[in-house]
Amino acid sequence: MNSHAGDWVRIHAIILEAGERAPAVPDETQAVPLEVRVKGWQVAPASAQPGDRVEIRTVLGRRYTGSLEAINPPYGHDFGAAIPELLEAGQELRDLLADTRGDKT
Amino acid sequence: MKAAAGDYEAVMARRNATMLSALGLDYAPFLENPVAFDYEALMGQVAYDLDEVRAIQARHGVGNTALIELKQISALARRLAPPGKGARIFVKDEAANPSGSYKARRASCSIHHAAAAGFRGAVAATSGNYGAAVASQCAMHGLDCVVVQEVFDSLGVGQPEILEKGRACEIYGAEVLQLSVGPELFYQFLRVLEETGYFNASLYTPYAIAGVEPLGVEIVEQMQAATGASPDVVICTHAGGGNLTGTARGLIKAGATDTRVVAASVDLTGLHMASDRDFNMKYFTTGHTGFGIPFAGWPDRTDVPRNAARALRYMDRYLLLKQGEVFYMTEALARLEGLERGPAGNVSLAAALALAQEMDQDQTIVVQETEYAGAGKQPSAQLSFARSRGIDIRRGDTEEEVPGRSVIIPDHPSRIRVRDMDLNRVRHSLIRKAAANVPQGSTLSDEDITFLAEETRSDEAFVRQSLATESPSR
Repeated sequence: MNSHAGDWVRIHAIILEAGERAPAVPDETQAVPLEVRVKGWQVAPASAQPGDRVEIRTVLGRRYTGSLEAINPPYGHDFGAAIPELLEAGQELRDLLADTRGDKT
Repeated sequence: MKAAAGDYEAVMARRNATMLSALGLDYAPFLENPVAFDYEALMGQVAYDLDEVRAIQARHGVGNTALIELKQISALARRLAPPGKGARIFVKDEAANPSGSYKARRASCSIHHAAAAGFRGAVAATSGNYGAAVASQCAMHGLDCVVVQEVFDSLGVGQPEILEKGRACEIYGAEVLQLSVGPELFYQFLRVLEETGYFNASLYTPYAIAGVEPLGVEIVEQMQAATGASPDVVICTHAGGGNLTGTARGLIKAGATDTRVVAASVDLTGLHMASDRDFNMKYFTTGHTGFGIPFAGWPDRTDVPRNAARALRYMDRYLLLKQGEVFYMTEALARLEGLERGPAGNVSLAAALALAQEMDQDQTIVVQETEYAGAGKQPSAQLSFARSRGIDIRRGDTEEEVPGRSVIIPDHPSRIRVRDMDLNRVRHSLIRKAAANVPQGSTLSDEDITFLAEETRSDEAFVRQSLATESPSR
């Protein structure tokens, strides 16, 4: 899907290439680039596809250029699913305290 | 956005000048000597006294949070403890701060100062709740805010809690630069400071620490009202050291000099903080040993020339918890006390359950923070993420937990035990590192020895003995 000037988009860019990383980082980090992602309003070009070079204006009015990654990407993180091991643990704790108080369960 | 050739080195070479112009603080008097400096004079750079800080914070809805007695968890500790043991446990509900964590305190004093000094915006390098706190305070003052975060691994995957922390910054109107794993985040941070001329809202300035002091003062005031005495123990979840330092200083300012200050961190031994591979194997984003141990052992590893957060000066004990134990206590807090809260304070809460069993029933513990719970922050989010990445999650003996491989939910609350980090090891490490900073051909002065005794909460004999043991050539 194409994005258009005025759309809220996320771009991606490389800050440091693999192999140009700080000397102290472990090998697995040294082997990959340092990347940045930032969101803003697409300024140019008028129409672009993912991977195209675009310029954006951030919420503060600052300009960045990078490759178009997504149009208004969802945050995506959520609550996950209930954890049965914790549900059990919670019930055990309730029972333990009820037992301590001498409640009828 | 790519670095021009040689730009990385050039920007890093200008780091001190950039940081100084972005702080409005003169660190020169504190850098004259490679080891000793006047820490109280550094804290004295803050233009506001304690009452003024409290007034500034009150005007911005920060602080004065509730102190809640956790009666069910206290009863649980007594159930597990020997007869007569089991201290009362209280929690300071810091989730009630404007951005949902105590970090609002740390941001408020700094951002007030930035606005007063005429800065048009602020920049923070943080992947934690501090980003949202700075963004929220900037919104209140009408200042621009840029947050530089470490969010993704090289596959573009971010763990849910970090994604939530980024979202929270955006909701307060910050420009958020989301980086992949690596300490060179600092380089990007410096570039933004150079480009914008904004204030460096570092976590580690005297302003940031002074902003936390009222938390310690409130604890004393509220415990006096609730129990007639200052608390016997305050437990602080420990990472960079500012939480513990500011709280401990507040306790002392309120006269609670006998209160013992205990640090607590999640044990993530074996996971490397700068590793692209290990990044998403940590199910706590902060309050863990990956920050806690290095920062306690050497505070001056930050974005300011001298760190105002010097936790080892105030730490009486340092307790280590397992990831599964903290998730378990998060469940306990919800199920037994009716409080759903985010992860940070629950590290201290797990420590409190264990420590309470060593203490008498008439003694008291304060867990000094909670944080907000939202999508990404719950055990359900973190453990679902962990499970999807093949981490072994099961009930059992938490001693068997291996960071990066397993998360073990205790099969009984008695699994949560007091595990002391050997603070003397941390002290030796700090002293050794300080000694290495002395230029070739000279030695540590008497002033340096006195300073190191204060830095390590020890005495001069301890420092001299440590130097003799660690570096016989000196």
